[in-house]
Amino acid sequence: MLTVNGLSKNYRKTVALDDVSFELPTGTTMAVLGPSGSGKSTLLRVIAGLEEPDRGRVMWEHADLAGVAAHERRFGLMFQDYALFPHRDVAGNVGFGLRMAGWSTGDIGNRVREVLEIVGLAGFEGRSITELSGGEAQRVALARTVAPAPRLVMLDEPLGSLDRSLREQLVVELGQIFERLESTVLYVTHDQEEAFTIADRVAVMRDGSLVQDATPEDLWQAPADIFVSDFLGFTNRFSAVAGDGRVDLGWIAVPGDYPPGPCQVVLRPDALVIDPDGPVSAVVSGSVFRGDHYVARVDTDSGVSLMVTAPARLHSGEALRLRLDPAGVLVLPQPQ
Amino acid sequence: MTAGRVGKVALVGLPLGFLTVFYLYPVASILFTGLYEDGSFDFSPFGDVLSSSSLRGVAWFTFWQAMVSTVLTVLAAMPIAYVFARFEFRGKRVLSALLIVPFVMPTVVVASAFVALLGRSSPLGIDLNRTIWIIFAAHVFYNVAVVVRTVGGLWAHLDPRLEAAARTLGATRWQAFRTVTLPLLRPALTAATSIVFLFTFTSFGVVLILGGLTYSTLEVEIYRQTLFFLNLPLAGALAIVQLVGVSLILWIYARYQRRRRVAASLVAASQVARPPTTTRQRAAVAATVGYLGVLVVAPLAILVARSFGGGNGGFGFYRALTETSSSTASVSAAEAIGNSLWIAAVATLIALVVGMAAAAVVAYSTGRAAAGFDLLLMLPLGTSAVTIGFGMLVALDWPIDLRANVLLIPLAHALVAIPFVVRISVPVMRSVRSELRDAAAVLGASPARVWREIDVPIAARALAVSAGFAFAISLGEFGATSFIARPDTPTLPIAIFRLLGRPGTLNFGQAMAMSTILMAVTAGVVLLTDRLRVRDVGEF
Amino acid sequence: MLAWRKPNFGRTRLIGAAVGLTLIVSACGSSGDGTLTVLTHSSFAISQTTLDSFTEQTGIEVSLLDGGDAGAMLAQAILTKDNPIADVIFGVDNTFLSRAVEEEITVPYRATGLNGLHEFTRLDDTNRFTPIDYGDVCLQYDTAGVLPADRGGLFFDPDTGPGLVVEDPSSSSPGLAFLLATIAAFPDGWQDYWASLREQGVLVVPSWTEAYYGEFSGASDGDRPVVVSYASSPVAEVVFAAEPIDEPTTAIVEESCFRQVEFAGILDGTDSRGDAAEFIDFMLTNEFQEDIPLNMFVFPARTDAALPQVFVDHAVIVEDPWTLDPEVIAANRDAWIEEWTEIVLR
Repeated sequence: MLTVNGLSKNYRKTVALDDVSFELPTGTTMAVLGPSGSGKSTLLRVIAGLEEPDRGRVMWEHADLAGVAAHERRFGLMFQDYALFPHRDVAGNVGFGLRMAGWSTGDIGNRVREVLEIVGLAGFEGRSITELSGGEAQRVALARTVAPAPRLVMLDEPLGSLDRSLREQLVVELGQIFERLESTVLYVTHDQEEAFTIADRVAVMRDGSLVQDATPEDLWQAPADIFVSDFLGFTNRFSAVAGDGRVDLGWIAVPGDYPPGPCQVVLRPDALVIDPDGPVSAVVSGSVFRGDHYVARVDTDSGVSLMVTAPARLHSGEALRLRLDPAGVLVLPQPQ
Repeated sequence: MTAGRVGKVALVGLPLGFLTVFYLYPVASILFTGLYEDGSFDFSPFGDVLSSSSLRGVAWFTFWQAMVSTVLTVLAAMPIAYVFARFEFRGKRVLSALLIVPFVMPTVVVASAFVALLGRSSPLGIDLNRTIWIIFAAHVFYNVAVVVRTVGGLWAHLDPRLEAAARTLGATRWQAFRTVTLPLLRPALTAATSIVFLFTFTSFGVVLILGGLTYSTLEVEIYRQTLFFLNLPLAGALAIVQLVGVSLILWIYARYQRRRRVAASLVAASQVARPPTTTRQRAAVAATVGYLGVLVVAPLAILVARSFGGGNGGFGFYRALTETSSSTASVSAAEAIGNSLWIAAVATLIALVVGMAAAAVVAYSTGRAAAGFDLLLMLPLGTSAVTIGFGMLVALDWPIDLRANVLLIPLAHALVAIPFVVRISVPVMRSVRSELRDAAAVLGASPARVWREIDVPIAARALAVSAGFAFAISLGEFGATSFIARPDTPTLPIAIFRLLGRPGTLNFGQAMAMSTILMAVTAGVVLLTDRLRVRDVGEF
Repeated sequence: MLAWRKPNFGRTRLIGAAVGLTLIVSACGSSGDGTLTVLTHSSFAISQTTLDSFTEQTGIEVSLLDGGDAGAMLAQAILTKDNPIADVIFGVDNTFLSRAVEEEITVPYRATGLNGLHEFTRLDDTNRFTPIDYGDVCLQYDTAGVLPADRGGLFFDPDTGPGLVVEDPSSSSPGLAFLLATIAAFPDGWQDYWASLREQGVLVVPSWTEAYYGEFSGASDGDRPVVVSYASSPVAEVVFAAEPIDEPTTAIVEESCFRQVEFAGILDGTDSRGDAAEFIDFMLTNEFQEDIPLNMFVFPARTDAALPQVFVDHAVIVEDPWTLDPEVIAANRDAWIEEWTEIVLR
């Protein structure tokens, strides 16, 4: 189990990590989600031992790793741009960690073949690094990371530079590989879909702090604050006032007991249901195809713009009525 | 002190210690000897330098001829570098090795070939003898290899698709070169131009011999004042003017270049060089080969031709070199080759060890101190050989008397070779992205192992090029060794000087034969280092 | 201290290399005992058998130190006079003699055999320097290029200019010797002589090698039939002929010669003064003296030294060469060279 306790790190005036703590049980996968500059990469580098924290501890099975150098931690880290060694071929890259661990040449050869097969690159041993495509390079980097069977696998935006279809395919494969290897994984990304697909748990970071650490389901159900909800892509957010057993958005009110005063209300996509008997009437102003569903932009009579999920294409100018499903309504505290 | 800290101190300490002992201390000593008398410093020689219009003229000439020579050398070298990088053709490796030969040849020897080519009986029909143009031509001839090998080395690994991308975006051939290729080549180009500038700034033999005494550089004046007039105060003042000038120029240049670092992703040379396919490409290759033929091969061929004769089916002079006469002055070819090779090997080793450590310091540090250190490393190349040589003579007698020690010869050669090693290695080391080191560390490589597995192999590209140059510098007896007392270890150039110091057609013929041997040894060693590079590091 | 961006380096290797280097350097630091070090100019040469014979007779090994040309060698000796790099210096000539005596780099020593030397070689009455050999620097001409009738007039005729190549007196020892010859010959008119040579197109090159092998038609592709060289050059042309020749193809102009005498001395501060004295004495024995001509192409200082046959056949011993007092040379050298430079080069 990886334990991170109160990690803080500053670069000159910028705060990279601010009192970050969490636990990652062996065999689980945690995604660290956050916008660029939120401290995700620094977190990985500190855990890997490439940077020293200003404060706080990194522990493995309750043993403090302070003073244990990066090369002695047996943690794997896959870099954002892969950092493949250009002067070595594919086998030289994948077998590097094994060589460092003192494996025999024969054993290295066998393991390299095995790992390349797992990542779908059987027979690539002799290829030059400079000849690989983006997807191939990504798989080689992954193979290199997992070949020495590290105690912890860390991946820094591993799919960042790949195209969407490849990303969707690879993220599923990655999950399978980690499952097969029973790895403990820390997966950094800025893409919530990726995070939700691969992780048992998702930690959201902002400005060096851990904002929320939850299962994907819990995160979806109950984002801790408007930052998390914004980051999850919930675009229907409104300022509101709570009190008297209801929250008033001005154009509609939602029942519920909330601490009185100003607050923020987020209407998740499932909160707005198209219903001919609904209390809100609106006009469609645009619509986007999203594969199995459409997302339409509608303007209510009271002049509020909403994004609505619809099963079929809606045409601009079309009138419709909406109702609110209270299960999809999130009432979040007003930011300070 | 942590282990890492010890490593850093050693890395800084080794080059700093070397330069302090073999450069700073000797130079300070000789300047002190010249300018300090009866308990006080005498600065009147500076007044003499500044008030003499002829010495001011010498300083100005030194500067502008070096600027022009450097620009011309770069212009002459770039097409060659381009063709060598982009095309694969027969004889390329040999030609590339031959390119470095002029660099090594004694000026006395080359001058005669040069005059034969560009003098009054020129087959090209141009008489440049004793004009500024023959000085420029000789400087280009000597230094073209520096630019071709350092810039060409990088160019050979630049992805040609980058330029292709620019072309598809509507750039002309020239625009693509200027906006894409040139900025990517800049680190190597910067290194090469600063070295060529320093070489031509301190040019001695070429200016003295080909310039016909109408032209004089600070280097020549320091030589005259020290050796012939024994006027150490004036020589000291001139040496300081030279040092200040060199430092100032290097400093301005470094400031100008500082913000222009670029990291390029490099590809294997085999992906860049292709056999020429179009008529236009074949013409470019043919033109380059022809151009090199005139610029480099022709002067050397004249010397080779002169070495044949003297009976014995044309090999009389070579035969004579195998016989040792009873005289202490006579040197057999075998002895000279042996001395040249071991001295060059030791000099190369020292230069690589000290130079790579220094390059690592420069490449991975920032700040004023590092910039100052970088400047200091270049200074030996811009300091008069007389100043350094006589400085060593004055300074290096304690605690170990090195003044008449044979090891001082490779040490002095290394002093000239170190700036090469540093300038060639720094851009390559900087091109090693720090993520690669981190990746290796995370995969279990200790810091020492990271250095060996990542930095050294990638910098080996630079290592091979600098080893070739370091070897050549020593083979050519560059620097202060002309001015320190040598124990009896005649090298090839020394043997050539001795033979050319005496009348007689046999002596002249043997000198030409010895020169031909020097060419062959140089080309052979360079071919060997080029080959090692490919085999050990792989095609990267 | 430097600011470090990246701290990952191997240290053991570099420290090892540094230690190794120090060891190599210190291991070779000192020289053995019983060895006499002789600082010479680059033109020094003698038969190895002669040196071996000295070692046999005295048990003293001789090691040679090449100090470059005569000027560089003397400069080295002067700069290291507090802690000399050698025990004996050989090759200081009369143009540098006074300066060398003034600097007191050597100790007075009256060599055995001094009385048997040519009187004109005995220029140092302080005995700090012992004469070893002498030679003449003369105008030399290509016998194929200049008519015999012109020979005698070559020196005095400023019209020699267009065919003449000389060495720069500020960087060449024969160049300086020839300038001194003209000063001795025309004490008041040497400036005019040179001015007219310049007008005629005299060519100045930095050293003997460039003059002889670069410009002189008698030894190169050059087109200058007259050169400043050593009087023994024609002999050397015979000795070092690629294809054997009976007669040299060059000859000297006797009226133009300036005499150079070369000296040896015991460097002040040597630990081996006795051995050094033995070597100086040895240099004045006929064994050494008679070995000089074919090695250095100069004449022995000893009157009774026999000359090799090739010297007897082809060498010209100049009867009445130009000379100048070493003290006069020392006093005026720099000024003369400066004046010459102004006249001929500027």
